[in-house]
Amino acid sequence: MAIVETGSVAAAAPAAVPPRAATRTTWARFKPTVLALIVPLLLLAFWQVATTQQWTRLIPTPYAVGEYMIDFAVGGIYDDAYSATLTTHLLASMSRVYGGFALAAVFALPIGILIGRVPSARMLLDPFLQVMRPIPVTAWLPLSMILFGLGAKSAFALVCLGAFYPILLNTIFGVRSVDPKLFEAASMLGCRGNAQFYKVVLPAATPSIFTGLRLGLGLAWFVIVVGEMTGVPEGLGAVIMDGRTLSRTELVICGMIVIGLAGYLSDRVVVALGNYLLRWSPNHHG
Amino acid sequence: MAESATPIVEIKGVSKVFQLQDQTIHALSGANLSINKGEFICLIGASGCGKSTLLRIMAGFDQPSSGEALMWGRPIAGPDPSRGMVFQDYALFPWLSVRANIGFGPAARGLGAAEVKQIVDKFIDLVGLAKFANAYPHQLSGGMKQRVAIARVLANDAELVLMDEPFGALDAMTRERLQDELLDIWERTKLTVVFVTHAVEEAILLANRVVVMTPGPGRIESDNALDLARPRDVASPEFNAIRRVLSAKLHSHHGKKAA
Repeated sequence: MAIVETGSVAAAAPAAVPPRAATRTTWARFKPTVLALIVPLLLLAFWQVATTQQWTRLIPTPYAVGEYMIDFAVGGIYDDAYSATLTTHLLASMSRVYGGFALAAVFALPIGILIGRVPSARMLLDPFLQVMRPIPVTAWLPLSMILFGLGAKSAFALVCLGAFYPILLNTIFGVRSVDPKLFEAASMLGCRGNAQFYKVVLPAATPSIFTGLRLGLGLAWFVIVVGEMTGVPEGLGAVIMDGRTLSRTELVICGMIVIGLAGYLSDRVVVALGNYLLRWSPNHHG
Repeated sequence: MAESATPIVEIKGVSKVFQLQDQTIHALSGANLSINKGEFICLIGASGCGKSTLLRIMAGFDQPSSGEALMWGRPIAGPDPSRGMVFQDYALFPWLSVRANIGFGPAARGLGAAEVKQIVDKFIDLVGLAKFANAYPHQLSGGMKQRVAIARVLANDAELVLMDEPFGALDAMTRERLQDELLDIWERTKLTVVFVTHAVEEAILLANRVVVMTPGPGRIESDNALDLARPRDVASPEFNAIRRVLSAKLHSHHGKKAA
């Protein structure tokens, strides 16, 4: 038996750089933005056609809403009760969204860790919370107003409730699904008992906890309108409810757009933060 | 082989029984093994022969159902930094950099930052990962991850290194390199190594004693001292003669069962 070398393979000459490379990279850079804009622009076009063709008389045209949005933001066009009040309402809503969210995190994180790590805590709390969870925030509105009164406190409570469950469930999942090998690795390296909680459980659960916080913040924006049905004078939800009572649909749509954009931007910030803090995690890039 | 007063590890009549639903599984039955300091032992056998169970008992992760496992004459009660485990699937902490993974043990022992850094630097160099000190495990290849896992155990002053098919998931070329590096480390540090594998060739290449185990119930079939000069040549006639003998011992029990 022998091995015969049949010759070496010469390195192929590198192909010339195709001239299209430059345009391709430009396209690659703008592709996400262009694709992301297609659906909103189609919707806008449909809205424009539907209103100018008068398929409905109750919805204002995009142009009218745009004009109103400018007035809502900086005033100077209609000069009514809502002119130049956007910042006031936005800040009021933001304080409730972030306040309620923070309150939810303060409750949900320790309870979630307890349920996830202590079997008797799970038996005590889990069935109760599973029954409470399907009850929508809207259903809590009357009770919340009785318990916390008309106004901001009720709004905080409802937003907090909306953000609570996603944070809770993801925290439970995160602390329960730690790879058992990591506990063995930690204990053979001399890290045992309670130290494992800080050195293994918490860091291993961070991606999941983070997902919970992100969903929770999203839901906090989602329930802000219900939260502000509690008779608060200021806030985007309050503006939308006023718009509804006054039959000022353009006001309602402006409120909706601001909530959407504010929720989106707040989510982007959270995602950027997550990408930085969880850069060690291969499957955590939102 | 040098006589030493107390063996580093003694396994005396160790059995392990698992209860799986309503089935009783005899993972290990009546195992006796004595390991001296500085030895390189390979446990070899088909799956289900109890080799991993025996290793986990030595690590202190599992307790024997009967019999006793001793280190320096004292019962092995639980995991301890003096017995380091290298897992097949690495079990690195994904949220820690290479540097912090290696420093995990020294930090857990309460050493100061400067001391930890000194230890980490030494072992990061030993396994040739200085350039990747700040990388996270998911950015490393399998071979590099296993180097980190080895360095992590060495950085913790382990006397006994337990390796559970550590190179099983690696490609052939990486495996050969890591085998060489491991032998090199073993020769320089005079560690005691217990290495689980199912590859006869790997066992003969590395060990000075090969313990052959057979399944159903898992037990030690034979304990073979290898008198083969190092560095060993996989292609030499002596190597192949040993391979034939050990392969026969490994498969002997299949014949018995079929008969």
